[in-house]
Amino acid sequence: MAQHALDIIQSSATTFSSPSARRTLEVAKLIDVSRCIGCKACQAACLEWNDLRGPVGGFDGAYTNPPDLDDQNWCLMRFHEEEIDGAIEWLILKDGCMHCADPGCLRACPAPGAVVRLSNGIVDFNQEKCIGCGYCISGCPFNIPRLRREDSRVYKCTLCSDRVAVGLAPACVKSCPTQALMFGSRGEMHAVAHERVEELRGRGYQSAALYDPPGVSGTHVFYVLPHGDRPEAYGLPREPAVSPVVEAWRSPVARGIGVFTMFAVLAAGILHYMRHGPLEVPGEKEENEP
Amino acid sequence: MTQERVDTILRHPVGERVTHWAVAIVFIFLFTSGLALFHPFFFWIASLYGSGQVMRFLHPIAGVLLVLLFYPYAARVWRDNRWTAADSGWVRQMWAFMRKEFHPSDTGKYNAGQKLMFWSMVPLIALLLLSGVVIWQPWFAPVFPPALRRWAALVHAVCSFAMFVGIGVHWYAAYWTRGSIRAMVRGYVSPSWAKFHHPAWYRGIAGREE
Repeated sequence: MAQHALDIIQSSATTFSSPSARRTLEVAKLIDVSRCIGCKACQAACLEWNDLRGPVGGFDGAYTNPPDLDDQNWCLMRFHEEEIDGAIEWLILKDGCMHCADPGCLRACPAPGAVVRLSNGIVDFNQEKCIGCGYCISGCPFNIPRLRREDSRVYKCTLCSDRVAVGLAPACVKSCPTQALMFGSRGEMHAVAHERVEELRGRGYQSAALYDPPGVSGTHVFYVLPHGDRPEAYGLPREPAVSPVVEAWRSPVARGIGVFTMFAVLAAGILHYMRHGPLEVPGEKEENEP
Repeated sequence: MTQERVDTILRHPVGERVTHWAVAIVFIFLFTSGLALFHPFFFWIASLYGSGQVMRFLHPIAGVLLVLLFYPYAARVWRDNRWTAADSGWVRQMWAFMRKEFHPSDTGKYNAGQKLMFWSMVPLIALLLLSGVVIWQPWFAPVFPPALRRWAALVHAVCSFAMFVGIGVHWYAAYWTRGSIRAMVRGYVSPSWAKFHHPAWYRGIAGREE
């Protein structure tokens, strides 16, 4: 984390300003599902670069393996079999952190600096400061962070913040054999995505679309979906946004009013005592309490 | 010359007193640690308990301890907290009571303010327990769907805020009503204290003794 100190532009549970002397280029990862062949090279590269080794699991009849994201698996290929226009199609999702511009995890986190947003767009967890409350899990509209029972810390995709910080592409992107994964500046990736959408529409995928949900102010991982009218079929929420319940719960205004009221109760007590004095039995001298 | 005051009336038996103060200590821990999680302005409190991790680990355990201490206590005192017509009258005159312009002659062992405190804590602590279990990491929270966990966190925050306001008023009322902290520490009160603050309760005791 130390190498990121200059690039942190938003920090969880921190109200004071962040370092702003330098701004790095905003980056993004583009996942073009139409080019994905489901080889899982990205999943393997993620384990290798991040030195993660989960326990060997069992086979449960699905291509998705392991069955879910966890503290050892920050990138997971999910395979959805869908019947579309009378034919079976494999809808593949490379599941992992979306690196939201308005991250619900960061808003929900009560531990100062445990979740940070970097000026390049990456949302990173600082496990050293994580207290294991799991609020980020509640805050995330994509259900990504996973709490490790053994150490009560939360883990997720870092977008290889360590690689990106020194000008390298994330490990998953580097390993992709079909260029279904691309990495570059956010603007450039947007342009490429729009080109790809147009091309897919020309090839008959009328509803091909870019998935860059505005509900979280955009993301730094976006998808080109051949069936962009049905993000749910890929396992993506249609209109992800930080839940209004989380907004109400972590709203600085609501919490500010709460804290203010607590001080007001204290002040009311002091003022009442100064104005009216104690309630004593008339004519009886009270001994010192208690 | 003032009269020698003799505390002869047992108001709170020793078991009740010890439980009360145990609840108070657990509450102080729960409140301060919860406050640290509620607003970053108070996160420094985490260092009082070692670290954020230790505090987060201990908070739900203390919560269960509070429940285990509070409900048996509540079961012992609830009969004296049953609502009466006189209590409704007290509530209507509450502001006058606080200005010392109204002093009822029919208050039982607990006045209506104390009863309101009691009956607000009974459901609040239950709600705090239920919502707390839903967000208790890492043991119970994963069992519940994320939407429920979000609601539970909101309910937990709102209830703990209400609880703080209630306990804040309780603390002040205990300090304001001279002799009541002493009664909760030593257990005994003087007949004049009982007669003045809880006349109906005093008449009941005096009647029994005669």
